[in-house]
Amino acid sequence: MKLVVAIIQPYKLEEVKEELYKQEVNLITVSEVLGHGRQKGVTEIYRGAKETGNLLRKIRLEIAVNDNFVEPTIKAIVKGAKTGETGDGKIFVLDLAECIRIRTEERGGKAIG
Amino acid sequence: MVNSGDTAWVLISSALVLLMTPGLAFFYGGMVRKKNMLSVLMQCLIIMCALSVQWVLFGYSLSFFPGKGFWGGLGWFGLNGVGLEPYADYAATIPHQAFMIFQAMFAIITPALIIGAFAERMKFSAFLVFTLLWATFVYDPLCHWVWGIGGWLRNMGALDFAGGTVVHINAGIAALVTALVIGKRKNLDHNPPAPHNLPFIILGTGLLWFGWFGFNAGSALAANGLAVNAFVVTNTAAAAAGLSWALIEWMRNGKPTLFGAVSGAVAGLVAITPAAGYVNAGSAIIIGLLVSVFCFIAVTVIKPKLGYDDSLDAFGVHCVGGIWGAIATGIFASKAINPAGADGLLFGNPKQLLIQLIAVGVTVVYTFVVTAFIYKLVDMFIGVRVSEKEELMGLDLTQHHERAYTVLE
Repeated sequence: MKLVVAIIQPYKLEEVKEELYKQEVNLITVSEVLGHGRQKGVTEIYRGAKETGNLLRKIRLEIAVNDNFVEPTIKAIVKGAKTGETGDGKIFVLDLAECIRIRTEERGGKAIG
Repeated sequence: MVNSGDTAWVLISSALVLLMTPGLAFFYGGMVRKKNMLSVLMQCLIIMCALSVQWVLFGYSLSFFPGKGFWGGLGWFGLNGVGLEPYADYAATIPHQAFMIFQAMFAIITPALIIGAFAERMKFSAFLVFTLLWATFVYDPLCHWVWGIGGWLRNMGALDFAGGTVVHINAGIAALVTALVIGKRKNLDHNPPAPHNLPFIILGTGLLWFGWFGFNAGSALAANGLAVNAFVVTNTAAAAAGLSWALIEWMRNGKPTLFGAVSGAVAGLVAITPAAGYVNAGSAIIIGLLVSVFCFIAVTVIKPKLGYDDSLDAFGVHCVGGIWGAIATGIFASKAINPAGADGLLFGNPKQLLIQLIAVGVTVVYTFVVTAFIYKLVDMFIGVRVSEKEELMGLDLTQHHERAYTVLE
């Protein structure tokens, strides 16, 4: 079991979701986060004063999957989020020690899907 | 002779009507996604600025200078000849400039109503050019035909107390046209966007309702009984319509919604606008109860079926409500309320209904054709729609380099 964490551009969320559904990855958690990597923040202008280097709005996806779903999940995220420009984001894949479905108390692989 | 009471009331009414535009900004702003909030506020605000200047330079003259042509004329260019003495043909007891500034507020809010149709995807530069052209070539002539001395619809006897045709049908049809030309927003099928801030919609409704007293009761152009009648029926129709929309939802969907109740109230205000100076409170209740039925069908049944993306239902509420108001005026108008008006169908004068229908028909056809032409022209030279990426990122950041809300700090 792996936990796939991805940071993507907010406006790419719809496309990524669509690609994930195509790969039958239906369970995702989405949150709005701030941050930046190599890409500097956006410029905003308030009464003529430029503010640069503000943290950027990003979307964080968390997707827990069984091992055979890891590659399809990565492919789907890349396909939906890639523009080729700085700021497209990152994908992290973490080992997942345990997963428990609260409703049934099932554990492990069958609790994920 | 200038009457101080009348002048005071018309000045206050002008301020009330001006406040409707920021009210509309919050009404519409609450409905869009948060990434587009400022773009809607900015469009409304810049209309207040641009149209105020257009109006004193030449808009008022084109609309109200006495004449039988397409426009009134340029005789009052730059308010030349529009002084502080009354101009009796429009209003005998207030300074001419008071009438002018009252009318300015109508010229401001009318193009602002159209914003609801192309919200969340129109380029700001194109919007500004379109608005100025539309005000000059659609609003000003129509205003002249219905309200100006020598206007042919006025001479025909069409009744429009406070702007059902000139303001609401006019803006509503323009809304339909622009929604059709600019096309649907992206990703609508998977993700029908929820209003980002319902409390703002209520705030906007409150300001609109409040300002509408100036819009309708101010249209009496005097502090008199007719103004009181307009005030009473305005409040009554809004209330009946808000109630009616909530009840329809309750029966049809199991729960009444806040968004529904305010949509109804605004529809009620739209419908009573042409009738306010000609009908009594009982008729206002009927007008209000029914307008929600028509607008509800337009918004929830016809719009999805035809598939146009009128983002915030400018057509569904203002045009549909406005047409019902114009027809209702032809049915319920009574000389007992306003001797200067006419009797409607219910009071033995079916011809009035026919005149009302002609005025509606002329407005619909004229506005549809000319708006389509102007919008296409702007599209050809500037492009009305933002790029797909700009649309997805939101208009606040891409058109104005600002955002409405911060996440941290």
